[in-house]
Amino acid sequence: MYFNSIGEFIEMGGHGFYIWLSYAIVLGLMAFYYIFSKRLAKKQEQTLLKFYRRMNSRTETSNNVQTSLGEEK
Amino acid sequence: MWTWFFQLASPKWVYQFADKLLPWFRWITLVLFLIGLTLGLLFSPQDYQQGNTVRIMYIHVPAAFLAMFVYVVMAISGGIGFIWRIKMAHIVSVSCAPVGAIFTLLALATGSLWGQPTWGTYWVWDARLTSFLILLFLYLGFMALHNAFDDRKTADRAAAILALVGIVNIPIIHFSVYWWNSLHQGATISKFEKPSMDPDMLKALLTMIVAFQMYFLTVLLQRIKAEILQREKLSGWVKKKVTNSTAN
Amino acid sequence: MSQLTSLIKREISVVLKSQSEFVYPLAFFVIVTSLFPLAVTPDPVQLAFLAPGIIWVAALLSILLSLNSFYQADFEEGGLEQLLLAGVSGENIVIAKSVANWIVTGLPLVIVAPLIGVLFNMDWQANWVAMLSLFLGTPTLCFIGSIGMCLTLGLRNGGVLLTLLILPLFIPVLIFGTSAVQAASTALNYNGQLAILGALLVLTIMLAPFAGSAAMKISID
Repeated sequence: MYFNSIGEFIEMGGHGFYIWLSYAIVLGLMAFYYIFSKRLAKKQEQTLLKFYRRMNSRTETSNNVQTSLGEEK
Repeated sequence: MWTWFFQLASPKWVYQFADKLLPWFRWITLVLFLIGLTLGLLFSPQDYQQGNTVRIMYIHVPAAFLAMFVYVVMAISGGIGFIWRIKMAHIVSVSCAPVGAIFTLLALATGSLWGQPTWGTYWVWDARLTSFLILLFLYLGFMALHNAFDDRKTADRAAAILALVGIVNIPIIHFSVYWWNSLHQGATISKFEKPSMDPDMLKALLTMIVAFQMYFLTVLLQRIKAEILQREKLSGWVKKKVTNSTAN
Repeated sequence: MSQLTSLIKREISVVLKSQSEFVYPLAFFVIVTSLFPLAVTPDPVQLAFLAPGIIWVAALLSILLSLNSFYQADFEEGGLEQLLLAGVSGENIVIAKSVANWIVTGLPLVIVAPLIGVLFNMDWQANWVAMLSLFLGTPTLCFIGSIGMCLTLGLRNGGVLLTLLILPLFIPVLIFGTSAVQAASTALNYNGQLAILGALLVLTIMLAPFAGSAAMKISID
């Protein structure tokens, strides 16, 4: 261990601000993107579900139109 | 053996393979980060000139290295997709861009915060910093160009060309510290010579570099999964997967 | 070769037909450089110090502006497609347009730049090197610009995107160009920078036609 106390650890010989700010930005942004990209697939599944429902309802209505036309004849 | 290689071109296979690999990658990344951070913050010495600020090196150098590495991956996979018309290659290329831009940003930010206590300035327009800024613009340009096209295939191909044209920047960044003797220091790790760094520092640095690499692979696979789902939405396997998994 | 020369002649004649349009980039160059003494300082010593950078940035922006007139109309009216269908190689088209662009825009810039240098109180040595550096650098800019233009053909906000894409690629040329002029104005050796500008020019002329042609074919399909 190169530090004698937690106080020294946080102080980092006077440069604590720069060091901890750097680590905070790096770890924070990387954690954020990790979570963001993980959620992307889930969100994509939701979007696709809606897309499939719309596609299904469209084919259903067009089928209904077809059958009703057939019945008229 | 060759069937395995050709399977890499199939989005469905890659998706399932990613699903299998991801839990491992996630844990390995986490463990490596914990080890690397402990080594870097607690078990490595101060620099005799820079004091404790040298600890920023353990996040600055990996970020910068990965920023360049990811660009090369992005350009090469884009080139493969362009030449051999393999859409999986384009998927990889496009998924690389956001991570690469983030790494570049982090390298610039940490470099700036490292520069202030050591050089006395947040920024200097020397060759390496300037060409790193250009790298950021190239990433942003890549993403902007890809978004500008309505047709995805055209977008993929145009962005691949841009990535390949910009690849000249990578050797410029790498060699700039040799060509111009300015503020940014030269390389301390070389393939052929013994590194001139304290072994405790070297251990921490190498661990962090590998940790960042694993992070890149993890995040890349997650992004690729989302990209595959979106591009293959009309195929049967995606439909089945989405309706089944959300029904559960 | 003759196909190339006839293509170049076609490009130049098309641009000259709109008579005044080819003057716009030159006028832009003169006006923009004139803005700086008014906005920053009329002090001759400081102007001489700022001059290399200002002249180079203004030249860069003028070329950026001039790119549009060579490609957009041709693309929209289907001329590019016709040329490609007629069997003209994409690379030749890119070379022809870049050369024509340089002759119509770059060359006048090179000739006018020393006059601007005089306005900025640059000594004759720096002026001469400014001319040389622009002479070597502006063709490179024209060729790089044509790659960007081909990538953004037919896009809705192509103009702004073009600027974002091209300026990072222009930066090495800018750095060496201004470095050469600054070296000359402080009586240092400037041959190294000029040599690198020449190398960049050769490299770009070799590679840009292929990238531009590939990009053009993507945009046209």
